Amino acid sequence: MVRLLGILAGLAFVAILLFSALTGAISFVSDPPMPTAEHEFHLHPKELHLASDGPFGRFDRQQVQRGFQVYKEVCSACHSLRLVAFRDLEEIGFTGPEVKAIAKQWAIEVPSINPETGEPATRKATPADKFPSPYANETAARAANNNALPPDLSLITKARHEGPAYVHSLLTGYQAQPAKLLQEFPDTKTPPSLHYNPYFANLNVAMPPPLVAEGQVTYSDGTKATVDQMAQDVSAFLVWTAEPKLEARHRAGIAIVIFLLIATALGFLAYRNVWAGVKH
Amino acid sequence: MSFPWAKHYEPKHPLMQWVDQRLPLPRLVYNAVGAGYPVPRNLNYFWNFGVLAGAALGIQIITGIVLAMHYAANAGVAFDSVEHIMRDVNSGWMLRYAHANGASMFFIVVYLHIFRGLYYGSYKAPREMVWLLGLVIFLLMMATAFMGYVLPWGQMSFWGAKVITGLFSAIPLVGPTIQTWLLGGFAPDDAALNRFFSLHYLLPFVIAGVIILHIWSLHIPGSSNPTGVEVKGPQDTVPFHPYYTAKDGFGLGVFLTIFALMLFFAPNMLGHPDNYIPANPLSTPAHIVPEWYFWPFYAILRAFTVDIFGIPAKLLGVIAMFGSIILLFFLPWLDNSPVRSGNYRPRFKQFFWILCIDVLVLGYCGGSPAEEPFVMISQIAAAYYFAHFLIILPLLSKLERPLPLPGSITEAVLGHADETSPIAASSASAH
Repeated sequence: MVRLLGILAGLAFVAILLFSALTGAISFVSDPPMPTAEHEFHLHPKELHLASDGPFGRFDRQQVQRGFQVYKEVCSACHSLRLVAFRDLEEIGFTGPEVKAIAKQWAIEVPSINPETGEPATRKATPADKFPSPYANETAARAANNNALPPDLSLITKARHEGPAYVHSLLTGYQAQPAKLLQEFPDTKTPPSLHYNPYFANLNVAMPPPLVAEGQVTYSDGTKATVDQMAQDVSAFLVWTAEPKLEARHRAGIAIVIFLLIATALGFLAYRNVWAGVKH
Repeated sequence: MSFPWAKHYEPKHPLMQWVDQRLPLPRLVYNAVGAGYPVPRNLNYFWNFGVLAGAALGIQIITGIVLAMHYAANAGVAFDSVEHIMRDVNSGWMLRYAHANGASMFFIVVYLHIFRGLYYGSYKAPREMVWLLGLVIFLLMMATAFMGYVLPWGQMSFWGAKVITGLFSAIPLVGPTIQTWLLGGFAPDDAALNRFFSLHYLLPFVIAGVIILHIWSLHIPGSSNPTGVEVKGPQDTVPFHPYYTAKDGFGLGVFLTIFALMLFFAPNMLGHPDNYIPANPLSTPAHIVPEWYFWPFYAILRAFTVDIFGIPAKLLGVIAMFGSIILLFFLPWLDNSPVRSGNYRPRFKQFFWILCIDVLVLGYCGGSPAEEPFVMISQIAAAYYFAHFLIILPLLSKLERPLPLPGSITEAVLGHADETSPIAASSASAH
């Protein structure tokens, strides 16, 4: 009885599914999906190699510090970094007094209250503070950016597919809209308020090109600040902000895997020893 | 329970004798996972996965309890409290990555455990209850994992919760009311997050309870084995301890090594980047996908695209998705071939491997965007899934001519019958 009912139910499921597949196939052939501009012109990020890649990866502190400088002088005008505190900068090689100075001189002050009146006020940042946001709230951010919201950058390299490469490609990917695209899709002309960038999901990004000229920041370690170099550096910095414990994780991982390999080898020998003489 | 030749617990120390007379707990453990449980001598490595699943549950409970000390189940701060764990809690990153990847490892070993049972016919009489309780554990695991994925309150958490509770809205008439009741609101928010957290903490202990029943029901007939031939005498078995504790110890080492490689060197490999974006009810992700271990079922859900006789496609998809698991509860009666092991069923073996590929194809389609050709492929793959269990297995048990079975486990191992116990033989040969 169970088998009979099972076969009947099975035939019903199979019939419905094959019928659905058939109708899908017919409409796929008779009415093929229209190609879209995103589908044909979107590019995968360019390859990017950073010192933090791979199981033995470590941060290149020089590069991460340069990236911080790019964030500070360029990105921080619009993008917050709300999950990172000034004190965290000690992890990438800044000294305590340097961190204190960076916090104190930060262009944006931290929201506070006036201790006399209780009125809203601002004060200088301290190392214990998270990086203050450039805008008071989302509405203010949208109002200042043509209704676009600059995303928080703390986790950006983990919140995008191939994050570090994506950041680097996006920053260096601005270009004029290809003539071929306008030929094929005449109604996809980039609107005047947006900027064509093939690495962005829908090809038109609201952010104007942030890195435009060589020497836009002046590196104190003598590295030549080409646009590509600045983009790579800020991408390395954002790997650190998204995964500050990466070095500890790699270090612990190597020790633990070596321990487990030895333990497993001993476990295998113990197993063979216990079973010696027992055919199985 | 167990076989007449099972060793008996004989405490030597007076204290243990005193305890045993008043609370025979050590005796229970001895008989369950100690020398008092005789196990077929011919188990292969696929019999390691039950113990590994237990270990995975243990890891999830321990890491989860510590994570709960630092996590805040409030829609306003949940996302940031997870980042607080990642950044400011000592070794918090390790706990969280262990818990997130531990869930994946748990599903990997449980899927291998289930497919072991499918191939070797472990669900057949007299072990139907073991199989049924195992399926209950599997359902509880899926519920627990789904609710756990909501807790970080990222984009996929929020939209996953919305889609999965939305399945209940497909029920005619009362569906939308049930969805609102489940969520405690019209969309996932504080109420949903709090109850999911509460249930996510509760269900693992329910799972632990059902595992006890699962093992209890296993120990009535004793473990199955790769030949599918039942144990006939002492020569067919070895005591669980030390023989299978040693083998499971080695298996656990391999499991932990793979787990550590993933945890420390690719902790986000199986996650979705969108879950590092805080939940935003106003912005729908381009592709909403659940965690990888739900992909085959998600593909079945989305394979139903056509309304049939006025039944909406969505309802059909929901029925099929739940049906694809419910039908496994009937498997012991759908497949009534008297031969258990796939080793002696040449046709069954071929269909079994087709099923394995089919489920992988379904998984791949479930993780891909809902567009052609993935929809067509998942429709054909889903059709095979139902045909395999509901049509092929019942017919096969009538039509197939199985290979001759060995006379006993010992005969399968040694090539001839042998009356002496394997341990007696080994100690005799050692002298």
